[in-house]
Amino acid sequence: FGKMLTSITNVLRASAVVMSARTYADFTSQATFEIKKCDLHKLEEGPATQVVMTRDEGLQYYRVMQTMRRMELKADQLYKQKIIRGFCHLYDGQCYIEPNACAVGIEASINLTDHLITAYRAHGYTYTRGGTVKEIMAELTGRRGGIAKGKGGSMHMYCKHFYGGNGIVGAQVPLGAGVALACKYQGNNELCVCLYGDGAANQGQIFETYNMAALWKLPVIFICENNRYGMGTSVERAAASTDYYKRGEFIPGLRVDGMDVLCVREAARFAADHCRSGKGPILMELQTYRYHGHSMSDPGVSYRTREEIQEVRSKSDPISMLKDRLLSNNMASVEELKEIDVEVRKEIEDAAQYATTDPEPPLEELCNHIFSNNPPLEVRGTNPWAKLKSVS
Amino acid sequence: MPLNINGTLLRKQHRNHVTVRDALNQAMDEELERDERVFLMGEEVAQYDGAYKVSRGLWKKYGDKRIIDTPISEMGFAGIAVGAAMAGLRPICEFMTFNFSMQAIDQVINSAAKTYYMSAGLQPVPIVFRGPNGASAGVAAQHSQCFAAWYAHCPGLKVVSPWNSEDAKGLLKSAIRDDNPVVFLENELMYGVPFEMSEDSQSKDFTIPIGKAKIERQGNHVTLVSHSRFVGHCLDAAAVLAKEGIECEVINLRTIRPMDVESIETSVMKTNHLVTVEGGWPQFGVGAEICARVMEGSAFNFLDAPVTRVTGVDIPMPYAKILEDHSLPQVKDIIFSVKKTLNV
Repeated sequence: FGKMLTSITNVLRASAVVMSARTYADFTSQATFEIKKCDLHKLEEGPATQVVMTRDEGLQYYRVMQTMRRMELKADQLYKQKIIRGFCHLYDGQCYIEPNACAVGIEASINLTDHLITAYRAHGYTYTRGGTVKEIMAELTGRRGGIAKGKGGSMHMYCKHFYGGNGIVGAQVPLGAGVALACKYQGNNELCVCLYGDGAANQGQIFETYNMAALWKLPVIFICENNRYGMGTSVERAAASTDYYKRGEFIPGLRVDGMDVLCVREAARFAADHCRSGKGPILMELQTYRYHGHSMSDPGVSYRTREEIQEVRSKSDPISMLKDRLLSNNMASVEELKEIDVEVRKEIEDAAQYATTDPEPPLEELCNHIFSNNPPLEVRGTNPWAKLKSVS
Repeated sequence: MPLNINGTLLRKQHRNHVTVRDALNQAMDEELERDERVFLMGEEVAQYDGAYKVSRGLWKKYGDKRIIDTPISEMGFAGIAVGAAMAGLRPICEFMTFNFSMQAIDQVINSAAKTYYMSAGLQPVPIVFRGPNGASAGVAAQHSQCFAAWYAHCPGLKVVSPWNSEDAKGLLKSAIRDDNPVVFLENELMYGVPFEMSEDSQSKDFTIPIGKAKIERQGNHVTLVSHSRFVGHCLDAAAVLAKEGIECEVINLRTIRPMDVESIETSVMKTNHLVTVEGGWPQFGVGAEICARVMEGSAFNFLDAPVTRVTGVDIPMPYAKILEDHSLPQVKDIIFSVKKTLNV
């Protein structure tokens, strides 16, 4: 009986806590945080190290990061069930942490009217740029409701001011500079965020792009997401210099803790200001980590140890970091965050449901979208009698 | 009575001789003026007036913003041009020769050609890649390759190959106005050749549709199909053959992809004999494609002999003049092939 009383009291106490949590006036509306200083290259000063995060911002970042994580975990699951085919490069290990922190931090510092382009690990960015979980997942499962109607798949997702999703390592970098050229040409004060990995950083076309971007002062933020491994090759085995933030040589650079969403945000803000003031390109290296393998077909342990992965997961997880900050500064309650978790889970479940039940694209659309703004044309099928139709 | 290039009577005495170079220049000038999103980028296009002077005067008129000199970075600047097209501009990306486009070919194919399809229509890429293609004179193997077959292989691209000045102007204007990636294959040896241009072509809205071939010469005995410089060779061969009573119908493809197979078939159904002429290598080439298409289509049953292909010799281009001359189809090769096909 005594025990029962204690447990009842505990429940009551807990609900009392819940009740007080619902009074928003009890929460701190914002707090100041000390963040890691960035390493600088050809810059006199760097981003602020004392930053303010509001309660609303914190909750939003949390929600977005959880959404991306859950979405990628669900994709992981669907891939293992063979419902998703081909390549599936999860922004999860990366999305988990960095990209999670990276994508959120970057988007928090630019406008939707700015532009962004990345490589093939693009699900997270598709989301932060405006794609819905539903249409992203339906694209992964190759259905007609997919963001690219099932025509593109994991690596080729597009939405307004987001240029993919690019399958060829490094090719997105000149493209991003080209988008920036268009911004400058049109005088619209927009900029382009152009992402690539530590593996891509050794591509020649990136150095060609650095040169032209600097020469023409293009408003492009080059961002190297250094997750320490290019597929199965560690950075030490691939690059003579692993100071990726310095490899733009004549382009100013920053090395940023990519695990901390506030670090990323502050650095991206700094970079955006630099671009918008007409100073030309800037380079940011985001130090992150990739929990999972390179892609779904890679268990990710033949070239590194499980201990390494575990260590990073336990010490540097961005969502954990954000959660700690919110809770220890009384900016949110455990229940509130749990509520967000529940909502996110539901959103992902609904999206997965949609993605697995939406019909596949109709065969009549096989040959569509070859040309834009073009009269219909005939496309040869697999044999001379198969004359297929293509419309724009 | 004077005839114009279409073989029809000239109404006015319009002695309007324009070189292919100037026709291309006019096309770009007019389109730059018409649409401020159009710009030209490439090596030496601005202050040098163009490596082959095709863009002469444009930088002076339009300035640094619209006519952009690039460093020697084909892959980089082709990618930049494609990115600019994705973000709403209408770039003309010049390759000093298409040989150098091989360095950038990933951007042309994977970033430009395929994107509209991969994005299910969300992301068009309105870009023109232009420059001289094929053999020049004495520039040897690395500078003489014809890329018509390579680019025409790929869905998502349009591939255009003008012959004369009218073609050059009308097709380039169409290419620039097209919302899709167009590979525009010029020919260095044609740049300085003057042609009469019709009165229509003086209009700033004069365009020639992409995807439509032109009958340059009517005939009943054999169909000659060609593109670019070799159209001229075909007409020369036709003139010689006419003296022997053989009337050739000469078709100028104008566009390689999409190819106007219908025009070829209509002609073959009349002449019953087909000879293709190109500067490129024989294997997997333009002529090979024409053979396959004719076999698969309605004209096959009208053929009285197998299709003959006249092509460049299947070797890298040599340097010495005598060797180079014998590496490409000459008028006598076309005449010989026609007679063999006709069994005369």
